[in-house]
Amino acid sequence: MSSYFVRRLACNSRRTDIASALCTSSRRVPRRFSHALAVHRNTPDNNPSIPFEFTPENLERAQAIIAKYPPQYKKGAVMPLLDIGQRQHGFTSISVMNYVANMLGMPPMRVYEVASFYTMYNRTPMGKYHLQVCTTTPCQLCNSDAIMGAIESYLGIKPGETTPDSLFTLSEVECLGACVNAPMIAINDDFYEDLTADGIVNVLKQIQQGSVPKPGPESGRDTCEPYSGKKVLLSPEPYSGPDITRPDL
Amino acid sequence: MLKLSTKSGAVRCIASTRATVTRRSVRVEIGRRLYSDGAAETPKQRVYGGLKDQDRIFQNLYDGYGKDLKSAMRMGDWYKTKEILLKGDTWIINEIKASGLRGRGGAGFPSGLKWSFMNPPGWEKNVGPRYLVVNADEGEPGTCKDREIIRKDPHKLVEGCLVAGRAMNATAGYIYIRGEFYNEAVTLQTAINEAYKAGLLGKDACGSGYDFDLYIHRGMGAYICGEETSLIESIEGKAGKPRLKPPFPAGVGLFGRPTTVTNVETVAVAPTICRRGGSWFAQFGRERNQGTKLFCISGHVNEPCTVEEEMSIPLKELLEKHCGGVRGGWDNLLGVIPGGASVPVLPKSICDDVLMDFDALRDVQSGLGTAAVIVMDKSTDIVRAIQRFSAFYKHESCGQCTPCREGTGWLSKMMDRFLQGQGTEREIDMLWELTKEIEGHTICALGDAAAWPIQGLIRHFKPEIIKKFQKFEEEVGSVTVGGWTPKSTLGDGAVHGVGAPGAH
Repeated sequence: MSSYFVRRLACNSRRTDIASALCTSSRRVPRRFSHALAVHRNTPDNNPSIPFEFTPENLERAQAIIAKYPPQYKKGAVMPLLDIGQRQHGFTSISVMNYVANMLGMPPMRVYEVASFYTMYNRTPMGKYHLQVCTTTPCQLCNSDAIMGAIESYLGIKPGETTPDSLFTLSEVECLGACVNAPMIAINDDFYEDLTADGIVNVLKQIQQGSVPKPGPESGRDTCEPYSGKKVLLSPEPYSGPDITRPDL
Repeated sequence: MLKLSTKSGAVRCIASTRATVTRRSVRVEIGRRLYSDGAAETPKQRVYGGLKDQDRIFQNLYDGYGKDLKSAMRMGDWYKTKEILLKGDTWIINEIKASGLRGRGGAGFPSGLKWSFMNPPGWEKNVGPRYLVVNADEGEPGTCKDREIIRKDPHKLVEGCLVAGRAMNATAGYIYIRGEFYNEAVTLQTAINEAYKAGLLGKDACGSGYDFDLYIHRGMGAYICGEETSLIESIEGKAGKPRLKPPFPAGVGLFGRPTTVTNVETVAVAPTICRRGGSWFAQFGRERNQGTKLFCISGHVNEPCTVEEEMSIPLKELLEKHCGGVRGGWDNLLGVIPGGASVPVLPKSICDDVLMDFDALRDVQSGLGTAAVIVMDKSTDIVRAIQRFSAFYKHESCGQCTPCREGTGWLSKMMDRFLQGQGTEREIDMLWELTKEIEGHTICALGDAAAWPIQGLIRHFKPEIIKKFQKFEEEVGSVTVGGWTPKSTLGDGAVHGVGAPGAH
């Protein structure tokens, strides 16, 4: 368990190599809404006969995760395990689900239920970079329409579609919890904030050229402080510690 | 998800009665303290706001001092934690009760009381694991305070879990963090690893003889998992559909064991309250709304930011002092949503002098929620803003209860039409009735949350909707109930002609 997340972050960049190899043309995947197709239909790149198993590295991670749950409730690990599978395979295919079900001793249907309930499990092949544009009201007020429009016109795809080179998949998502830094988008696991239409196109251009720009606010502010710099907490040393702790402790 | 208190359930009524009793005793205590300070003579003139830096709990909110264990200790985290743990569960809970801390997840239930439900008489006889679950599934639109705590002050949260866990006699804690916060989860896991390494967590935590383990469970993008019982279901490896209460989680919770689910901010402030004393925390804010609070201000302000302020700060002061005011000046303000997507919008006339606390906002038929202030200036299409929320709730409804599953879809469709102006005045009343049919008729509060923004819109901005109707009528023609226009025709099982778009 020790540095599980850190290691997983490192392996993240090659998450969709397999998916890229499989896709050759632009295709439509279901939009990320609750009425997205919940059933599975066999396709050449997603059917139960495609073998899948964790790499030895991921197997070790999986074991560390299972240990976090009581032995009789190890199915609690189904969500993190599916996530590892998705990162390894590129998307949560039926083979990934069956493998996880087998590993945790769960009926496969229980795993399918989980995989189809949570929106972050992509059950269709994805592009290498998943562009998740937040369009919920706080972002919308800060003109997320312009961000969406800029991406759509630059890449020529609509939400739910993947570019022909399988580099980008565009999704419209609900609030991602960075409203102070609106408008923002998430590219895979990284948040790009305080965006402008030109700024996001620049980010996409850099990705196309093979470099991933630094995540964070485009405006140059550090995180959630005001644009003009912080107005409070200006002292070089934090106020806290022994001098303000109650004496009777 | 924002937690809301609903009216359903006899047990909940009992719980709230008990809450009132306790609150009264807290009030008496605070009253005495004020008298002894000589401050009670002028209680009405008291001005709220203007919190000083030395009273801010989240010192590293702007990442000025570092987030590793060493920096955290410099900020006073993990100072005398052992002594706090050794004081025992009753002492910690009494401090939290004295502080007047109310849950920061939205419902505002008194935290000390909630934690004490874990220790009913004879709890020791129920041998086995007991859990603290921390709700970091921050999905409420407008809210981004927990993210700042997790990525800047992770040790406050980790220490808070230990202190809260001790108060509840929990054996382990799970932090349920939303899946999109991947980098934040990495930061938090690093902090937990540091704490384990330093002997602050795990067996004999801090050398106090108390064993406590802490794990992270990442969500996978479901807003509904912010509801406490569906969060528990999610950790158990199921689809996050809320459970019926009772039994309450404090009786039967995670893995069938006693569990308490609390918000990140509630847990993270607990160690500081214990260190500085409940009465220190209780001096801020109005009676029954004490303390400091993280406010996240987004939307049409000049400088959107997250800031820790005193409870009961006037909304206008909050916006002008910390956020550079409303874009285009205060008179350009249209309305404010004071507590995240789930609470009704307030028009400018109320915003002028409303205080930011649980009771003041409840009195104006809104709520503090998570203190996520969404500001809208006069350029905003308010109908579109609320319509987007309806689309959000339609997307996020788990589909378990019929009123919510079907109702959120209806709300969304009607709002789609209203956005185009394709409706009649009578339908506004029908929409109002529909929200009333959803509200209070579902297992969890998502149904209520979907209904309230629309109720707020109709309550304060009905003329805006009617203006859209009039414009549409001028351009297209008269509309009948259901959005039918003279140009609408039926064919191939679908309506053709002028139709509201199904998407946002």
